Amino acid sequence: MLIELLIGAIKAIIVLLMVLNLSAILLWFERKGSALIQDRIGANRAAITGVGRRLGLPNLGFVNTLMADPLKLFTKEDFVPAGADKFLHALAPFLAMFPVLITFAVVPFGDTLIIGDRHINLQAANLNVAALYILATIGLGVYGVALGGWASNNRWALLGGIRATAQMISYELAMGLAIVSVVMTYGTLDLQEMCRAQGGVWFGWLPRWGIFVQPVAFLLLLTAGMAETKRVPFDLPEGESELIAGYFTEYSGGKQAVFMLVDFAEIVLVSALITTFFFGGWQFPWLYPDGFHLPGGAFFALPNVAVAIIGIISFTVKVVAFCWLQILARWTLPRFRYDQLMRLGWKGLLPVALANVVVTACVIVLGGV
Amino acid sequence: MPLLPFLFLAALSIIFAAGVILQRHPVHSLLSLVLTLVVIGILFIGLDATTVGFLQMIVYAGAIKVLFLFVIWLLNLQSQPIEGGHLALKFVGALGSAALIAELLVFVLHLPPPVGHSKPLALDYGSIGKLAQGLFTDYLVAFEVTSILLLVGVVGAVALARRTTAGSAPGGAP
Amino acid sequence: MVPPSYFMGLSAVLFCIGVLGVLLRRNIIIIFMSIELMLNAVNLAFVALSRAWGNVDGQAIVFFVMTVAAAEAAVGLGIILMIFRNRETVNADEINLMRW
Repeated sequence: MLIELLIGAIKAIIVLLMVLNLSAILLWFERKGSALIQDRIGANRAAITGVGRRLGLPNLGFVNTLMADPLKLFTKEDFVPAGADKFLHALAPFLAMFPVLITFAVVPFGDTLIIGDRHINLQAANLNVAALYILATIGLGVYGVALGGWASNNRWALLGGIRATAQMISYELAMGLAIVSVVMTYGTLDLQEMCRAQGGVWFGWLPRWGIFVQPVAFLLLLTAGMAETKRVPFDLPEGESELIAGYFTEYSGGKQAVFMLVDFAEIVLVSALITTFFFGGWQFPWLYPDGFHLPGGAFFALPNVAVAIIGIISFTVKVVAFCWLQILARWTLPRFRYDQLMRLGWKGLLPVALANVVVTACVIVLGGV
Repeated sequence: MPLLPFLFLAALSIIFAAGVILQRHPVHSLLSLVLTLVVIGILFIGLDATTVGFLQMIVYAGAIKVLFLFVIWLLNLQSQPIEGGHLALKFVGALGSAALIAELLVFVLHLPPPVGHSKPLALDYGSIGKLAQGLFTDYLVAFEVTSILLLVGVVGAVALARRTTAGSAPGGAP
Repeated sequence: MVPPSYFMGLSAVLFCIGVLGVLLRRNIIIIFMSIELMLNAVNLAFVALSRAWGNVDGQAIVFFVMTVAAAEAAVGLGIILMIFRNRETVNADEINLMRW
């Protein structure tokens, strides 16, 4: 009993640390990525005692963004504007952070790991209604942003909060329907089951990944997910040229750092969901629980530990790749106008998502899949 | 559901529910209500009604309450003291509520346990499949009527809240 | 194992808090929220009894209550919006045109 609890705690901590670290590294990733796209050098200061330079390596500013930025933010004055609702103003960043972090509990990051006679399911919480849980936490994530904007007693912040809330509510529908069609395809709400169902191959070489079954749902989830993260081209809630910084205009210091971290954690979340639903999660092409079965018929046996580790690495690489895709999109596309945003959500994505659900249902019923 | 978590959640839900009617600012009331709904959702999950519990959080706490938030913002409601109304009404209300609560509690606590209580639960009790089976067989007509009700609700809300400018005829471009 | 009567008791308490809210508060939005609270108290009773009887009928009813509440919220908030536009108030005592 105690050892079960311990294993659960370790898994939860690993997931939490993976997410938080990845979010923090994404901050650097984004600075360098944007610099690359805009033909700049980007962050290039703050090397520790100039080690890199002495070795003749280019200074990537990694230390700068990972350590100097948070240090700067957390030592800044924590400013609360006059007339603000102090309690809600302090609560809002954490209200935004909490749902995002707990969502990761149901995302599987590997297959079963066998140590001795103990089977460890590499997933922080094995929930059999995980898809509903994800929708619930994403739904509750609206409040942090909305109340942060409202509690600041600032018009820009309130406008940003209203825009963010309307946008998130609108795109949640398309997102939910995309997830519904995925759930219908696999016939389960359990994410670990979904990942297992994506093992194996078609035609002897094509991995059975969800993207080949539900390409439309993939595009829907990617678009709606980017809208949920409130980043360009959907960054109207925090559009600098219009609203200063939107709902977190009046935040400074640590609380602002938390809001920024939420942004990046949401990117990781969307990437993790896309990976799990459409790219096999921890599946690696042609890798089975007993080893590699290559398309030519060749077979390499692997111990369980190696398979589990390859699974975890495979999952991480896929997630990072989708984070990169989102950062690429952010620095490539211009911002929508608000009416275009709403039109895309309600007249574009929603009907397509509904049609996708209907088509999926028809195929399942007629094809007897 | 074990007793201790139940007592904890019950106390939380009562505190938050009291917050709904005691807070001065509508936004604070709303936040209390959202928390109450989330706690009730957790109670549903504790009662093995997993699907309904999560639906409660998605639909009630995550979607319907945001609508309330929008309206409060739109009307720019500020905090106001809990007063107004007639003293008599308050008195009668408090007395009536106390009587109602006492009556319900006495009734409820003397309730014999239902007959089916000892029966072991089906393994898929509360799963989405079981709920859907009920909805699409026994309650099919009600289910379809609900969809029409929602449509009517949407149309009604748009018709009500739509602002027709002075120059344009109703039904014309806003 | 918590007996169903405890859930019914909690449901009764929550319902009465809702009733009190309707009687004591004059802000129409808060009255509306209290009504939602009462609906949820009843939902709790439904789910608890559904669990006690071991069938899903109670859960199906809760599902319907949710959809009806969604429709009710949409229309009700629309009405409140119109009242505020016409009379500049959300105080239930001042909305007395149809009172005899």
